[in-house]
Amino acid sequence: MFDFLDSGQYDVLGAFWVTVQLTLYSAIGSLIWGTALAGMRVSPVPLMRGFGTTYVNVVRNTPLTLVIIGCSLGLSETLGITLGGTTFKETGFRLAVLGLTAYTGTFVCEALRSGINTVPVGQAEAARALGLSFFQVLRLIVLPQAFRAVIAPLTNVLIALTKNTTVAAAIGVAEAALLMKEMIENEADALFAVFGVFALGFVLLTLPTGLLLGWVAKRAAVKR
Amino acid sequence: MTSVLYDAPGPKAKARNWIYSGVFLVLLGLAVWWALGLMADKNQLDADKWSPFVTDSQIWTTFLIPGLLETLKAGVIAMVIALPLGALLGIGRLSDHAWVRTPVGAFVEFFRAIPVLMLMLFGYALYVQYTGVSSDVRPLYAVVTGLVLYNASVIAEIVRAGVLSLPNGQTDAAKAIGMRKGQTMVHVLIPQAVTAMLPALVSQLVVILKDTALGGTVLGLGELMSMSRQISANYSNTIATFVVIALIYVAVNFALTSFASWMESRQRKSKRSTGAVVPARVDDMATGANSGGA
Repeated sequence: MFDFLDSGQYDVLGAFWVTVQLTLYSAIGSLIWGTALAGMRVSPVPLMRGFGTTYVNVVRNTPLTLVIIGCSLGLSETLGITLGGTTFKETGFRLAVLGLTAYTGTFVCEALRSGINTVPVGQAEAARALGLSFFQVLRLIVLPQAFRAVIAPLTNVLIALTKNTTVAAAIGVAEAALLMKEMIENEADALFAVFGVFALGFVLLTLPTGLLLGWVAKRAAVKR
Repeated sequence: MTSVLYDAPGPKAKARNWIYSGVFLVLLGLAVWWALGLMADKNQLDADKWSPFVTDSQIWTTFLIPGLLETLKAGVIAMVIALPLGALLGIGRLSDHAWVRTPVGAFVEFFRAIPVLMLMLFGYALYVQYTGVSSDVRPLYAVVTGLVLYNASVIAEIVRAGVLSLPNGQTDAAKAIGMRKGQTMVHVLIPQAVTAMLPALVSQLVVILKDTALGGTVLGLGELMSMSRQISANYSNTIATFVVIALIYVAVNFALTSFASWMESRQRKSKRSTGAVVPARVDDMATGANSGGA
């Protein structure tokens, strides 16, 4: 039944390691990019607000598949951008991270913005009435409350990102979904076993993350 | 415009905002100029790469419109099958009987944890091995199967959130006039939950439409995304093709998203209902365990 795992022909753990790496790099990238976008969308400068809103609405409504394949065929093959990758494999991985970051950043931005919006305006008004400066209001009153409200939606984004890394298979990054495709073709008689192994891998990746961060979010949430 | 972050700007702040705007505009201009320069170097800005989309009607009739129709077809079929299935699963998760609640909960959590691409691949192999579905409709079957399994689980969560978002008084009142559990569900809770869920369901349709693009690249479904290969092969205009296809997706999905938020705001202000609503979500995930409904 599961003898295909012992044949040494397939590196399942290696493929999942690539998935984890894609997730980590893209998570860090999209956290930075999403924070920058959220900063633009809540800033008092109309032009920045407009740019942030346009970017989020355009990228959020584009399929991730199109973003990643666009990175590969458009940026790399047509324009010759390699992002410093020397081999085909390296370049593909970096392009996938770029695409995932550009796409996931919009969801991070929206999660952060909804976090800022949960802070009642009265809180800031009270802080200003006490004579706190803009940065004091931000540091002492608004951001601590916003961060605590933001953990739950960010957890959802992280889990979605973990699953979205499989789209990188479309440009040939050797992660879990690509290996699964290959194994299904070769081990046709063990279809359910192959699917079970990969399904279990993703359950193991997403379930603990969800439970742990869900518990943190419940602990941290501001009771209103 | 009052914000939690800053007061309405005075004359000094207004002047400062203008300066920031100017600096930002310059930076944006530089970025655009650099990107256009890069594209011009590779002759991607030449008129003959872009003009076919306006002058050559064949691009639309042969590739783009059939592709969009295929995308919509797969999306709508998946939605129509996933809705009743998701409703049943959602009600099952709310059941008082543990022997119903537990397996349904396990099913929903399992299929929400697995990438939709893997479900599609699995579906495809399943049809190859165990059924006689002919190879020309097999991609559609596989894509719809993957989408239904995943989205039924997501819709189950939306249904649950919809029922839980209703005020407790609804159930109490139904009990007070002597309704049984089943009657309460069918006559009181579900009809109201449906209106509360509509915005979330419409935004879920956007997620479904975006996911159909996976079927085009990995399984060979002839939908909008897969047309990019054929168009750029004919006209060798990779960048222009991607831009046009992205714009079509954005137009369709933006219309749906705006419609969902309009419905949501109308529901919140509605005088006829309790104002309970499941918000149209910002992420690609079901609202999950931490959803408090409205």
